[in-house]
Amino acid sequence: MSLSNENAQAYWSENLRIITTYLTIWFVVSYGCGVLFVDALDQIQFFGFPLGFWFAQQGSIFVFVGLIWAYVFSMNKLDEKYDVHE
Amino acid sequence: MSLDALTFLFVGGSFALYIGIAIWARAGSTKEFYVAGGGVPPIANGMATAADWMSAASFISLAGIVSFVGRDASAYLMGWTGGYVLLAMLLAPYLRKFGKFTVPDFIGDRYYSNTARTIAVVCTIIISFTYVAGQMRGVGIVFSRYLHVDINTGVIIGMTIVFFYAVLGGMKGITYTQVAQYCVLILAFMVPAIFLSLQVTGHLLPQTALGATLDNGQSVLATLDKLSVELGFAQYTAGSKTTIDLFFMTAALMAGTAGLPHVIVRFFTVPRVKDARASAGWALIFIAILYTSVPGVAGFGRVNLIQTVNGVENTGREYSEIPAWFERWESTGLIKWEDKNSDGKVFYSKTEENELTVNRDIMVLANPEIAQLPNWVIALVAAGAVAAALSTAAGLLLVISTSISHDLMKKTINPNLSEKQELLYARGAAVVAILVAGYFGVNPPGFVAQVVALAFGLAASSVFPAILMGIFSKRMNTAGAVSGMITGLVVTVAYIVYFKFMGGTSDQWFLGISPEGFGTVGMILNFVVAKVVSSMTAEPPTEIQQIVEDIRIPRGAGAASSH
Repeated sequence: MSLSNENAQAYWSENLRIITTYLTIWFVVSYGCGVLFVDALDQIQFFGFPLGFWFAQQGSIFVFVGLIWAYVFSMNKLDEKYDVHE
Repeated sequence: MSLDALTFLFVGGSFALYIGIAIWARAGSTKEFYVAGGGVPPIANGMATAADWMSAASFISLAGIVSFVGRDASAYLMGWTGGYVLLAMLLAPYLRKFGKFTVPDFIGDRYYSNTARTIAVVCTIIISFTYVAGQMRGVGIVFSRYLHVDINTGVIIGMTIVFFYAVLGGMKGITYTQVAQYCVLILAFMVPAIFLSLQVTGHLLPQTALGATLDNGQSVLATLDKLSVELGFAQYTAGSKTTIDLFFMTAALMAGTAGLPHVIVRFFTVPRVKDARASAGWALIFIAILYTSVPGVAGFGRVNLIQTVNGVENTGREYSEIPAWFERWESTGLIKWEDKNSDGKVFYSKTEENELTVNRDIMVLANPEIAQLPNWVIALVAAGAVAAALSTAAGLLLVISTSISHDLMKKTINPNLSEKQELLYARGAAVVAILVAGYFGVNPPGFVAQVVALAFGLAASSVFPAILMGIFSKRMNTAGAVSGMITGLVVTVAYIVYFKFMGGTSDQWFLGISPEGFGTVGMILNFVVAKVVSSMTAEPPTEIQQIVEDIRIPRGAGAASSH
């Protein structure tokens, strides 16, 4: 491995920070908007959907797709920054 | 051309395609057989993963479940897609860097223990057989409904096709047939879905059509709520499950999805770590196309059904006025009408006056006819349903055969096995697995629906936590991982068996959590027990800690063989 120990540590902690950020959003849209606060959100109408219902059946899935791609791009950038890409 | 001729043409044509691909992609080495040589491009792997993942249940039954259950079915929609976020960020890239062939491979090597490996093999085999039984049955049912052959004949035809490309081609054959099967199944799902949403709402996309305004000036969902309440059903957009149960169910389905061995191995087949991340992204796009259309299909399918059967007044309709599809599906038993009050009118409701029994699968299977679409669309749906079932079955059979030939024979029982012998064992195990799956297809155990909870519960409570800790905790050792896995496994299985097979009732549920959601509790216990036990025992050897450091860095995942 060409990577120094310190760099490997720094790479890993930045990776963990990225994962934590995205998984927080993941949790909020699915378990938050789709389960825990769904009744409150249902009071709001969104293009003909009660908002909570929309998050639970469609919205969260769109956000999931966006999250994985955001993660893909963040990690590609991080890999280059630490020169660990292939 | 008649409907039967068209169906033969579509289904037969798709089979010819799969067999052609199988012959082209024959596997020559164990690496090709297990992981397609490790050279699959990410988009292709994304499609293959989507086909691998979307089974007969996703294609045929999911829209029906949403349609008849409404809001509470959200747990399936979120659970079966949200798991990919976990897979992409927490498992796939590191497992690809680790660069072995199977899930038990990782667990066995990382925890330097054949006990851990064997537990993982047992989980893999139980999960996969649970799943595959339903697929073979699905193929048989589609054949019997569309081609009027016996269900058993249908199962045998399905077995023969899978035999061809799984045994000959291994992962390489499976991967490229799955790509073709994805194209067939997504076309077969989306064409009727788009036609239907155009007819009902004038919107092209089922995703936005569910919120559209109908002729009565109200949205589809508001109309559904009104119709449902009039007929005594629960309001469509309101749920009846408790928040805690919904929460735990969604979590169990997500962690279970991320821990399914046949999905995980797909990420071993790409050349680089960044390709593993990207293929998770592609996979979820391809899955989301179907999954975000499902609520639409479910919604207007239900409006259509109620209005067709009950008439504009929602009070019942003369049997003679009901369109021809009704009679056709009566003959298959998916719809049953019993004229209780002998008024010659069909009436559907939740109350005692109800005269109709409807199988949920009708929402997808009969939709093209309800919407009066041309015959080729109906033939396409048949080919799509078969593609969904076969692609999932093949992925599962491969996982079963590799965990026997590689993890059990080569790694545990006889390490001196040559590559040629191992490949022979892999093919032999695939043959046996197909025969067992076929047996379950012909003689379905009465509990297929119940054991799905078991497959996800097992994956969530044993496989997922073990892999996760193997990557994110350098300190996790054999004793911790093994005791954690056993705890998660035993607690989850016991709970599911008690409530599904031994007559436990819902008022006895722990904290109100249903068996479907209990995998989450098993997972939490797994984490806690593993943490406590590992902190009281010696830390893992330096070379294991070195492995963990190594899988966290993408570079050096190993050159791929070209295709």
